[in-house]
Amino acid sequence: MMIKNQIKMTFSSNSENVGIARVTAAAFAAQTELTLSDIDEIKVALSEAVSNAIIHGYKDMPGDIECEMTLTEDMLEFVITDMGRGIADVDLARQPAYSSDPERMGLGFVFMESFMDVLTVHSAVGKGTTVRMSKKLFNEQH
Amino acid sequence: MIGGCTLNISTVLKQGALIVRIDGEMDLNGTDQFRNTIDSALENSQVKYLIISLKGVSFIDSSGVGVILGRYKKISAVGGKLLIANVKPQVARILDVSGLLRIIKVFSSESEALDSL
Repeated sequence: MMIKNQIKMTFSSNSENVGIARVTAAAFAAQTELTLSDIDEIKVALSEAVSNAIIHGYKDMPGDIECEMTLTEDMLEFVITDMGRGIADVDLARQPAYSSDPERMGLGFVFMESFMDVLTVHSAVGKGTTVRMSKKLFNEQH
Repeated sequence: MIGGCTLNISTVLKQGALIVRIDGEMDLNGTDQFRNTIDSALENSQVKYLIISLKGVSFIDSSGVGVILGRYKKISAVGGKLLIANVKPQVARILDVSGLLRIIKVFSSESEALDSL
């Protein structure tokens, strides 16, 4: 599939960078014909993936987060990778209301699934987690 | 407001309720500030009614929703009430998907929220 545009960035697991990643994703998505509502959804999904990497991947310890944004003819894809603790049971972590933190609602993956068209999560304990999520661009082809 | 900035939070006491007005984007970066500001204002004022005005909030994710839920649990445990006012459509959608609107009432203005108490 031909790549029309791509951004790769690496940033530290600092909560200030959640907003920076989100704003960058919104700007990247704005080159498509997606609606403002679609872009709002992408912002939430990105925010959740990066927040998960900071909170769960690195447990608030310093680490790097890689964020790759790719635009093809019919898809906008975001890949967020951390090299942190990893998730022992991805299926369990993706369940609604599952959270390892009592002050959190366990909605991160729920929002990512609700607002993106495709979501895959690969994780290995002690090695890290990769979240890959895409939004289909129906209007791009027609 | 660009992402990464801290929230602007102001609090005011009115008719026995603590009104918290928030400006900015409610994500992981602002959760500690939000939680600490509300908790200390509640402790100082000793009121049981909390109205969170989201008029200036253009973005919220599960981190922001989680802190609101935490304040709801805290104030409900002492027999109080938490209400939300002035929600933008994009924020209302997130509150809806999160299920928060099933337990917390939303009003179109602070005065409407106050009148309901």
